[in-house]
Amino acid sequence: MSNTNDEIILKGSDLKQHYVVKQGLFKDDALVKAVDGVSFQLERGKTLAVVGESGCGKSTLGRMLTMIEIPTSGALDYKGQNLLTLTKSEQMTLRQRIQIIFQNPYGSLNPRKKIGDILEEPLVINTKLSKAERKQKALDIMSKVGLKTEHYDRYPHMFSGGQRQRIAIARGLMLDPNVIVADEPVSALDVSVQAQVLNLMMDLQEEFGLSYVFISHDLSVVEHIADEVMVMYLGKVVEQGPKENIFQNPKHPYTLALMSSTPQLSPEKRRRRIKLQGELPSPLNPPSGCAFHGRCSFANDRCKTETPQLRQDDQQLIACHAVEENRMHLEEA
Amino acid sequence: MSLLQLDNLSVTFGQFKAVDNISYKVEEGEVLGIVGESGSGKSVSSLSIMGLIDFPGKIEADTLSFDGQNLLSMPEKQRRKLTGSEIAMIFQDPMTSLNPCFTVGYQIIEALKTHQGGSKKELTKRAIELLMQVGIPAPETRLAAYPHQLSGGMSQRVMIAIAIACNPRLLIADEPTTALDVTIQAQIIDLLIELQRKKKMGLVLITHDLALVAEVAHRVIVMYAGQIVESGPAAEVFSTPQHPYTQALLKSLPESSVGQSRLDALSGVVPGVYDRPMGCLLSPRCPYATDHCRSVEPSTQGTLERQVKCHTPLDYEGRPTA
Repeated sequence: MSNTNDEIILKGSDLKQHYVVKQGLFKDDALVKAVDGVSFQLERGKTLAVVGESGCGKSTLGRMLTMIEIPTSGALDYKGQNLLTLTKSEQMTLRQRIQIIFQNPYGSLNPRKKIGDILEEPLVINTKLSKAERKQKALDIMSKVGLKTEHYDRYPHMFSGGQRQRIAIARGLMLDPNVIVADEPVSALDVSVQAQVLNLMMDLQEEFGLSYVFISHDLSVVEHIADEVMVMYLGKVVEQGPKENIFQNPKHPYTLALMSSTPQLSPEKRRRRIKLQGELPSPLNPPSGCAFHGRCSFANDRCKTETPQLRQDDQQLIACHAVEENRMHLEEA
Repeated sequence: MSLLQLDNLSVTFGQFKAVDNISYKVEEGEVLGIVGESGSGKSVSSLSIMGLIDFPGKIEADTLSFDGQNLLSMPEKQRRKLTGSEIAMIFQDPMTSLNPCFTVGYQIIEALKTHQGGSKKELTKRAIELLMQVGIPAPETRLAAYPHQLSGGMSQRVMIAIAIACNPRLLIADEPTTALDVTIQAQIIDLLIELQRKKKMGLVLITHDLALVAEVAHRVIVMYAGQIVESGPAAEVFSTPQHPYTQALLKSLPESSVGQSRLDALSGVVPGVYDRPMGCLLSPRCPYATDHCRSVEPSTQGTLERQVKCHTPLDYEGRPTA
């Protein structure tokens, strides 16, 4: 790893997003802690993957990073500048550097606009380029993502899912961003098309030195594309570290369960299933102590009362009492 | 005699053949996986078994028989008795396939009442039993719940309860876990397989998740653009695929490219109505295609146990035979 690559481009510290939920006239308002204290560092040209079940706050995190939502508390630094304390106009220029690709390419492209208009819209809003320059730029990016010149005048419905996701990626690239937040970019696609889009994303990363925040629930995709992995459960990070460590030596019971639940093609790679009972608890009424204790087979009284903090363990950060006390003994066959 | 037997089944919508001459059979107590990309005709073929293809769709087949009875020639009334009780189906999206206007209890009892009848008390008791079987906690209270009050996993359990209400002998599950999280997916699949073993049902599992099929299915069918391109015992198909499409699908999975920086993607997409190629439908995407492939459609080779539809099936090393 060369030194120029070590530059930290995006840094979140203790990010929180809390929503107030009205529960009716006579009940007190409830507080949903959608994201509760997430910290991370993203280096130039690297990929941070965020994994977890639906409802764990991974999409909310993505929306905070792009400042679609302003975090309740915490700090978000882009190249050392705190994005949350800037003035509106300063924010506007910096926000161009962080772009997002949404999950569903069928819903995220305006059906009434031509591809050219969709791609040029960010330029119209944020730059003073002339019409001809905008078109040139759009065509440049289109060729980069594998779209043809004649696609410029077509409407989204004329494209397949994979092509639409290419358009969404092209739109994300229009303002020469440094960071792209990809919120489940391939989960709506078939495997063969999924591989095409993943390859494209990796090619673009190399070419432009992009950093990705890759939000996904598919562990096999994450294992392929990520450098750092963050596993979230009910708004909190339960395990965080370099990909190799997380995948070869997962420690948190939730990470273990996630991995063993993922179907494997080769019989040798199949792990003994750790069965998780029940479902993700309601964030309106989260369990006391460790949020995972209700589904965890290693939980004891301490887990029910005391919330575990993230601690360094080998190369990774883990929030679990059982790991800390070393009382996880998988009866290995 | 096979539980379900299809011979040269085709489903056409106008000029378009959504399902093109497919043949397969399902034995009692067997798990058959059907895989393929979207648009490959997996769902349409199973809907045609259930008799759920509406006008202008047309079903044609040499045989479409369930337990020896011809489904196509039997009177409509008799067929309706069979579907829903002997043959049941679980649909993809549990959130939209349950009726939001009725309680869960009502919807389970509806299936029971139509096919078996009985007093209200008996039906309620049976509904509670069913909910218990599919692992829903406190089933007595859940009977009065509306679908919107349930999570995705719970709704899918209710769907399964409705499907197994009349002890079907054949269960068709169309992408039963696609809308669910992996941990919930594992729970639902375990439940389905457990029920399948206990009741010795035939199970047709339609999915695009190859790894899932590899884990649970006995036999597997790979579909592409409405045709069966390969079928055979699951372990064999996944370890030594004979059709280039199966090989390409397996290669495009991230787990097959461990240690490589790029995935082996299959270029292009499944052909639609207007861009059907000549000859073999895979020929524009196939790395091994020859001029012969581009002009002449291959015939299906082999027995029903191991079919492959290719001019040059792959050998054990994954290379095309000349």
